[in-house]
Amino acid sequence: MVWTRKDLLGLEELSTEELELILATADSFKEVSTREIKKVPALRGKTVVNLFYEPSTRTRVSFEIAAKRLSADVINIATESSSVQKGETLIDTGTNIQALKADIIVVRHNYSGAAAMLARHLNISVVNAGDGWHEHPTQALLDIFTLKEKLGRLAGLKVTIVGDIAHSRVARSNIWGLTKLGARVTVCAPGMLIPVAIEKMGVSVTHDIDEALSDADAVNVLRMQFERDTQGAFPRQLEYFKNFGITQERLSKAKKNIIIMHPGPLNRGIEISSEVADGAHSVILEQVTNGIAVRMAVLFLVSQGHDKQYETTN
Amino acid sequence: MKLLIKSGRVIDPGNNLDEVLDILIEDSRITRLAKGISLAADEIVDARDKIVIPGLVDMHVHLREPGREDKETVASGTNAGLRGGVTTLLAMPNTSPAIDSVENIRLLEGIIRSTARAGVLIAGTITKGRSGKELADLAGFKRAGILAVSDDGSSVDSEELMLEALGQAHKEGLLVICHCEDKTLCLEGVVNLGLTSTRLGLRGISCESEYKRVERDIGLAERSGAALHIAHVSTKESVASIARAKKKGIRVTAETAPHYFSLTEEAVLGYDTNMKMNPPLRGEDDVFAIKEGLREGTIDAIASDHAPHTENEKEIEFARAEFGVIGLQTALSVAITELISKGVLDWQGLVEKMAVNPARILGVKKGRLGVGSDADLVVVSPDKEWQVTKDNLVSISKNSAFLGRRLKGVVEQTIFNGKIAYTTSRD
Repeated sequence: MVWTRKDLLGLEELSTEELELILATADSFKEVSTREIKKVPALRGKTVVNLFYEPSTRTRVSFEIAAKRLSADVINIATESSSVQKGETLIDTGTNIQALKADIIVVRHNYSGAAAMLARHLNISVVNAGDGWHEHPTQALLDIFTLKEKLGRLAGLKVTIVGDIAHSRVARSNIWGLTKLGARVTVCAPGMLIPVAIEKMGVSVTHDIDEALSDADAVNVLRMQFERDTQGAFPRQLEYFKNFGITQERLSKAKKNIIIMHPGPLNRGIEISSEVADGAHSVILEQVTNGIAVRMAVLFLVSQGHDKQYETTN
Repeated sequence: MKLLIKSGRVIDPGNNLDEVLDILIEDSRITRLAKGISLAADEIVDARDKIVIPGLVDMHVHLREPGREDKETVASGTNAGLRGGVTTLLAMPNTSPAIDSVENIRLLEGIIRSTARAGVLIAGTITKGRSGKELADLAGFKRAGILAVSDDGSSVDSEELMLEALGQAHKEGLLVICHCEDKTLCLEGVVNLGLTSTRLGLRGISCESEYKRVERDIGLAERSGAALHIAHVSTKESVASIARAKKKGIRVTAETAPHYFSLTEEAVLGYDTNMKMNPPLRGEDDVFAIKEGLREGTIDAIASDHAPHTENEKEIEFARAEFGVIGLQTALSVAITELISKGVLDWQGLVEKMAVNPARILGVKKGRLGVGSDADLVVVSPDKEWQVTKDNLVSISKNSAFLGRRLKGVVEQTIFNGKIAYTTSRD
């Protein structure tokens, strides 16, 4: 299996083999972060630009650390300090970054499809760090990597995703990735937060959290993004916690070794109790650690794919 | 001036004609149809192995002039029309200023008189400024020679005002063309609501937002007795409603656009903004129902809904990009490729949908190839293919949903008002 893609835009378009290649590559990079000198020369002389149109600490820092551990030079561009405020289009911004001879753009954008549009217009690599409600492939990859590390397999696992599925790029990427790798996915949320026809993506749907937990091997608890509710579709916070919040009491009825994941940042007492977030089932901080290895793998692979693309077009 | 079209297969459903004939045109009229006409014409068009049809009547076009001449003008739009065999078109009034007063009708008439390369009919608005608040001067429009009114781009949300509009239109003998969309049922949507909107993470536009408004407007048309025309039908439920209304004898007609019978919502995967239009591309079952509606007559007409937008307005994030695609130059070829080649319509049927019926609905004497008819006609190579590229589209805007596609059917000559207005042999 050879990686040939110049970009990573989502998990929907990836084959099972490509997903497995990313996970295997991440596995080999994980060890780098445990060394005394946490650096390999894989991307030495390459420039990675983090282009973030939405506030993000966790993902941006994770990509920056990943790039630096691969010896790349990293530039961070955030909207408030850029010419985006002056009305520059995304494509113009991208072509300018390309003209600066950057090799990889890591883009976070509030519009679905923004990363795909950028990738279509550029010859350099584009890595999607989250586009609107569409996909957040590296988050799902690190979730899946963590699951596999903890449970030793993915095929046949029952994974429940709880929360605002409708507006979640993390949910979409997880659904594509997990189902391709043989896991069985259930999504659980109030009706208004389940997008239409989601079952056609190969998942089961329930509105009953206890049912969703009953035979789950793992639960991915999504952040309730109350700030995004422009249409009054969200339940009130306390009501949500009562009906869907992950608590110790609910977990007492679930499988003994159930794994609790969360992409962060946490809303303690809204989608998850502190007790659970900090408890024995939680792998939330391991996800953060694994994020670096997964992003190192992605940056490394797209830079390889890019070389191939470059060779063939010259 | 005598123009002779030799040996083409002449299709004229109005006269139940499908025969290889010569057509003699003198000045702006057809004066003879017969086999083997031999006389000294000023110009002869060899139409052997070609099909000769009446000039197309496209009843849904946005020419953007006045106000957005960077997108399209009367000159560039009619030029694109001639390339696509369109000799008469209805210009929608959502320009800037909107065609919502007799004064603005005069303004547009002036532009048409000096720049149009094909026939342009003007639609007035239903309400002032297309705001849906206050009726425009429909009686004044009628006196100014207007045939149809529309707030296209928007629906008149107030039921009371819509009923009043239909009542007045009925009194004046104006056709009311409805853009059927209940905005409260589509919540800033940008693609069809369903698996596609879910996969892409985009807000969806429900089918209900169209067909509930189609049902409302049909109900109002029945109460008022007015002639109602439903624009750009895209859903199976709308087709069913219109079929029921026709059965009841309500005065309703309908059009669809080429993209609704040739593309499904799957075309939007990949976020191509040239696949973004309103109503949106729908599901496979809707496309099937649209074709059935065309076949059995529920849908009377095919209109392009030609909606030019600049690259700056299209080459941006999907949700921010403008709705709409151009279609004047491609409508006929898409219809040949998707309807004739696939057996949905025969040539007579196609000419009915693209010339005869729109002319009848609008009340203009077009779409015929009899002796005495206006000499607007098109010579088509039915099996010849062409590829749609930005370079061969002559509109100012290039936002076609068919870029890169190979289509069947090449317009060889378009004759407008007795003259060869477009010919491939001069390319």
